[in-house]
Amino acid sequence: MKRKLILSVAAGALTAGSAMAEDLTLCWAAWDPANALVELSTEFEEESGHNMSFEFVPWPNFADRMLNELNSGGQLCDLMIGDSQWIGLGAEAGHYVKMNDFFDANGISMDDFIPATVTGYAEWPKGTPNYWAMPAFGDVVGWTYRKDWFERPELQAEFKESYGRDLAPPATLAELKDIAEFFQGREIDGTTVYGAAIYTERGSEGITMGVTNALYNYGFDYGTADEPYKIDGIVNSPEAAAGLEFYKELYDCCTPPGSSDWYMSENIDAYKSGQVAMQMNFAFIWPGVEADPNVGGGKSGYFPNPAGPGGQFAQLGGQGISVVNYSDNKDAALEYIKWFSQPEVQKKWWEVGGYSALNAVVEDPGFASSQPYAQTFLDSMAIVKDFWAEPAYADLLIAMQDRVHAYVIAGDGTAQEALDKLVEDWNEVFEDEGKI
Amino acid sequence: MTDSTVDRLAQATPPTLARKVKGLSDRAIAWLFIAPTIFLLLAVNIFPLIWTIRLSFTNYRVNRPNSDVDWVGTRNYERILTDEDTWEKMQATAHFLISTLAIQVLIGFALAYLINKKFKGDALWTTIIVFPMMLSPAVVGNFWTFLYQPQIGLFNTVVGTILGTDPASFSMIGDVHLAPWAIVIVDTWMWTPFVMLICLAGLRSIPESIYEAAECDRASGWRQFWTITIPMVLPFLMLAVLFRGIENFKMFDLVVQLTGGGPGNTTTLTSIDLKREAFERWRTGYASAYAIILFVTVFGLASIYVKALNKVKER
Repeated sequence: MKRKLILSVAAGALTAGSAMAEDLTLCWAAWDPANALVELSTEFEEESGHNMSFEFVPWPNFADRMLNELNSGGQLCDLMIGDSQWIGLGAEAGHYVKMNDFFDANGISMDDFIPATVTGYAEWPKGTPNYWAMPAFGDVVGWTYRKDWFERPELQAEFKESYGRDLAPPATLAELKDIAEFFQGREIDGTTVYGAAIYTERGSEGITMGVTNALYNYGFDYGTADEPYKIDGIVNSPEAAAGLEFYKELYDCCTPPGSSDWYMSENIDAYKSGQVAMQMNFAFIWPGVEADPNVGGGKSGYFPNPAGPGGQFAQLGGQGISVVNYSDNKDAALEYIKWFSQPEVQKKWWEVGGYSALNAVVEDPGFASSQPYAQTFLDSMAIVKDFWAEPAYADLLIAMQDRVHAYVIAGDGTAQEALDKLVEDWNEVFEDEGKI
Repeated sequence: MTDSTVDRLAQATPPTLARKVKGLSDRAIAWLFIAPTIFLLLAVNIFPLIWTIRLSFTNYRVNRPNSDVDWVGTRNYERILTDEDTWEKMQATAHFLISTLAIQVLIGFALAYLINKKFKGDALWTTIIVFPMMLSPAVVGNFWTFLYQPQIGLFNTVVGTILGTDPASFSMIGDVHLAPWAIVIVDTWMWTPFVMLICLAGLRSIPESIYEAAECDRASGWRQFWTITIPMVLPFLMLAVLFRGIENFKMFDLVVQLTGGGPGNTTTLTSIDLKREAFERWRTGYASAYAIILFVTVFGLASIYVKALNKVKER
């Protein structure tokens, strides 16, 4: 240990630009990409001489734990890969270091990243060139399906007879529901299987991250470009209500029993254990699906969130990497970001299972065929929309979680009533915030 | 005896301290002794309470330390008390409280009555029955979610077999009608032993001679039960209800693990709602008002109940 420390210090002393070895802590969610980043970061340690520690928190507690840390001015984290919705709070409450000068000084251009990730993970206020993070991990909600089941001739024939088309990845949400209905309760290899695993979780952000994939595609939006806080008639438009009804119908008709509080991990478990024909989930799971002995190795396929009557969109996930303002090691933390921004590092990031948002990586001619899910990732990233990133995003999120869960899962009232109440809740938040 | 102890202590007091204390009155010495306790009480209980009351009249948010804090009068209280959703959560809490208390008192007393009848292996059965309350609520919540799992859960399998239905046809924690009972069942499973132990203490405190006298008067078993057992156990039973009532009013961990407050808001108890307001939405002022309302409610109900308990004890 002591030897390693001495070696690290020696390596650090030899590295240009790093005066002394620092202990850096990077905070993120506990999931597969985080493990990949640990692997990747050993190169940074070797190059810089700094020592990296990691603080990973499981997703359901991630926001609680990390926002507490930021709000209390804690010095646990030097680097934070925070959720995209935190960017407003991070900027306005002074939790994050503004990166513009650093980017300019080090030749890091936001034009080099997928535009949606820059808007989603780095900018505040949105649409302005004020950057508080560098896109670190591109992610989006998409669908995984049992390709091996879809290809079975007897199921193909039966589906065609019932629906008049081939059993293939759906192009529209209506088609997706048909397929889910087709599989619901069906016996496959002696096991009862179900249509689809969708997000229904209530405690953190689950059902919101799921239902928006239906709402957006039916016409729901978060206000207008001119009046971002004018939500009445948009959030609760008849089209949005139809989208919410669709999600409830999908939940009622085609999900496994007991899936009333499911999010990422439950959906993964249901899919890998052969319970469902399709699952909604963030793209980060795809490398794990491919590697799984039950459903990987060509048994699974991937498709972007299907279109609805109002267009085709998908819920943005992913995060940017920021430097925490309360850190005593800001220079070393910025050094890490500089290292991470390099195209060769970003390429390795993709190879170890991280979803790079750098154009140089995703626009590489070989990218789309580098993994079975790479093309779906690209297609999905082209249609993203994100939830509010206001400083009060937590209030807005909790209200949506409550209203949507009450309607979709508990069957409380109508879709229109749920969205009307959501508008009331959100207007109350905006009034408190002095936005309207 | 007391004098000699006092004398010994006086002799043992170092002369320097004795000189300092010599000029103090008994009252001053008494204050000297209780001052640290009073200070701690003020610092840990009273000051936070007063501070919470103060915050409840503001729009303070602990996650915005740089924002202005405005005095909003009684707006927070008005918002809470006129919010339909708050009353929904109050109703969910009342349902949980009343159902668990009623069922636990009935089953707890019945179990205590049986155990009190001294039979072979009664000690072993007592240990087995008491076992659930030794577990952590988080653990209990977690494993009951597996028991309630529609496809493989033991609970669903047993109920499905008894009723002759498909176990996967109902979801205890996903169904809006069943979820409130799902949390009642688990709390009852875990805490009925506590009520049983208190009842057992009450039953064992009844002198045998009273029953012997009743036997001599040819009182039937039924009459003995209603005129001796129940009145004499009642103070114990009421104490158990008080403890369980206070505990269940602030129930949090078990329900969060089981249902997370869902589906919808069906099992969102006031304590869960308060936590979300305070530490997820960060509406500190609003949450302070909410906490004060809950405090007054519990304090008021508990005071009335303790008065009734004292009356029963005096009978």
